[in-house]
Amino acid sequence: MMASVHSPSRGCIDIRDVTVSFSQNGASLDAVSGISLKVEPGEFVSIVGPSGCGKSTLLNIVAGFLSPTRGEASVDGAAIRGPGADRGVVFQQYSLFPWLRVRENVEFGLKMQGMCSSERQSKARTLLGLAGLLAFENHYPDQLSGGMKQRVGIVRALATGPQVLLMDEPFGALDAQTRVVMQEILTNMWQQLRLSVLFITHDIEESIFLSDKVYVMTARPGRIKAEIPIPLPRPRTAEMTSSPTFVAIQQQLKALIREESLAAMGGELADGGLGRDWHLGSEGVRAAL
Amino acid sequence: MASAIRMRSVHDAEALGAGDPAGPAAAGHPVAVPLVAVPPPAPPVAARPVVRPAAKASADGAVPPAWPVRLLAMVRAQVPSFLLAMVSIGLLIGFWYLATAYRWNFYIRFTNVPSPGEVYSDAVVLFGDPKFLTNIGISLWRIMLGFCIATVLGVSLGLLCGRYALLKGLMFPALEVIRPIPAIAWVPISIMLWPTTETSIVFITFIGAFFPILLNTLHGVGAVDRVLIRAARCLGASEFALMTQVVLRGALPHIFTGLAVGMGVAWVSLIAAEMISGQFGVGYFTWEAYSLIEYPHIVIGMLVIGVLGLLCSGAIRLLAKIVMPWQGTGGKENA
Repeated sequence: MMASVHSPSRGCIDIRDVTVSFSQNGASLDAVSGISLKVEPGEFVSIVGPSGCGKSTLLNIVAGFLSPTRGEASVDGAAIRGPGADRGVVFQQYSLFPWLRVRENVEFGLKMQGMCSSERQSKARTLLGLAGLLAFENHYPDQLSGGMKQRVGIVRALATGPQVLLMDEPFGALDAQTRVVMQEILTNMWQQLRLSVLFITHDIEESIFLSDKVYVMTARPGRIKAEIPIPLPRPRTAEMTSSPTFVAIQQQLKALIREESLAAMGGELADGGLGRDWHLGSEGVRAAL
Repeated sequence: MASAIRMRSVHDAEALGAGDPAGPAAAGHPVAVPLVAVPPPAPPVAARPVVRPAAKASADGAVPPAWPVRLLAMVRAQVPSFLLAMVSIGLLIGFWYLATAYRWNFYIRFTNVPSPGEVYSDAVVLFGDPKFLTNIGISLWRIMLGFCIATVLGVSLGLLCGRYALLKGLMFPALEVIRPIPAIAWVPISIMLWPTTETSIVFITFIGAFFPILLNTLHGVGAVDRVLIRAARCLGASEFALMTQVVLRGALPHIFTGLAVGMGVAWVSLIAAEMISGQFGVGYFTWEAYSLIEYPHIVIGMLVIGVLGLLCSGAIRLLAKIVMPWQGTGGKENA
């Protein structure tokens, strides 16, 4: 039912030469600078980069929370004018409404569309069933584990049938084991739905495992440093993470991001500051101080 | 996350009518689920789903433990504090009795203060007197009216000011000037402003309740998680829907704090207004008792005011529980 909503020709995100500047103490500061990228309909694209490089800024532009200072962002040719139900957003902090039960959370978007109560209830129940959460439809979000909350968050974003799913480090708050399972769930869901996804993460493995294409961003001001296609076959499975292709891409991405992380943390780290020269021994350090 | 996988299988089993959803057989149930096609690995660690007992009980659709059992456990837990409370109140009445029985007079004079016995015997008579009951009814009606108007105006104005900075900038300087004036100081002006004594008393009750409710609502709006507002807008919420379904509900815990404080101030204001300008009402009754030298009635008036105030706060706490059933469902408090 949900998959049928998406025609494969829709859901194209186009970001052209976008710059976002903030003014700080009178000086203009670029968060991201001259970024162009494209998500083809039905494509899964990740953006990775060091913290503070403006990954989330980029997602906020597509979500409609932020307008670019220069450049233009559009979905299916229409310039983005603000948030809307055509773009589902999944947040890192789950952002479920704590006063609504799980099913009511999923129904929220449908209610806003004016769908009648019985119809949206059955639709929400179907979606929750597919996500394995039907037994929890009457729970409040605070009664769920982090992984379950985020599955509700994803289902809620999908309920209105968006062309595009925007995910802002959705698994960042989960523990490592949960995260791995959530990645599998997400890749399987995507396999069925084939909607365009823009996925923000700082987890390199996650980005390779999920994506068709990974963009690497530079330290602030964020620019696109590299565009890495991921030639792994679909559907993705957990075993692929040890395949030679995967490992090679992983090494390549790690090297790229390491450069940028060092740049982001400050110039002195490039040579001495990494701690390799601390061969003085604890006595020596004390003496040096 | 193993638990999540299990949860899914649990649900599947349930959907297929496999009976006991928590049954261990459900864990490895291979069902082709189109969306979440993770192979169910039945991990050895996933012995039990990580759900709090309360949550699980309702998930299974099981009946909660029988009422008598829960009641008994509750009573048992309350016994020590109940005993302490009895001792505390007993000491107070004991002191009162001794002070009045021996007419203590050491700077503080208990010579004219009625004894517990006098108060009790007068109270028995009074509670059969329709005039006294009318006084109580009138005070309650005034509180209801003033408090309800304050709630409607305070909450709506607080929501609007919290959301629209321009409106706040326009309204607040004026309100800040009025706010520090105690409700009792409004009595003379209020009598001039309003056509009847009745309306002026209700007005003073309103003034007392209004500001705590307004300020707490405003604070509550500020405390609503920005991400929730973003999420609602992404889901296509209109501005009106955002106000009623996200901002209002997110601010509810703070609003109820405001209501509780407002109720207290409303009683203070009402009693003062009744004492000064009233006809009827518990405050008027108490003051009149002093003028008529019916000293036991003063104490009865005081006690009635105390009990009514307690009942009103209790009603608000009860209302809060009913209106915000999600509060305290999880392990952590969400403010």
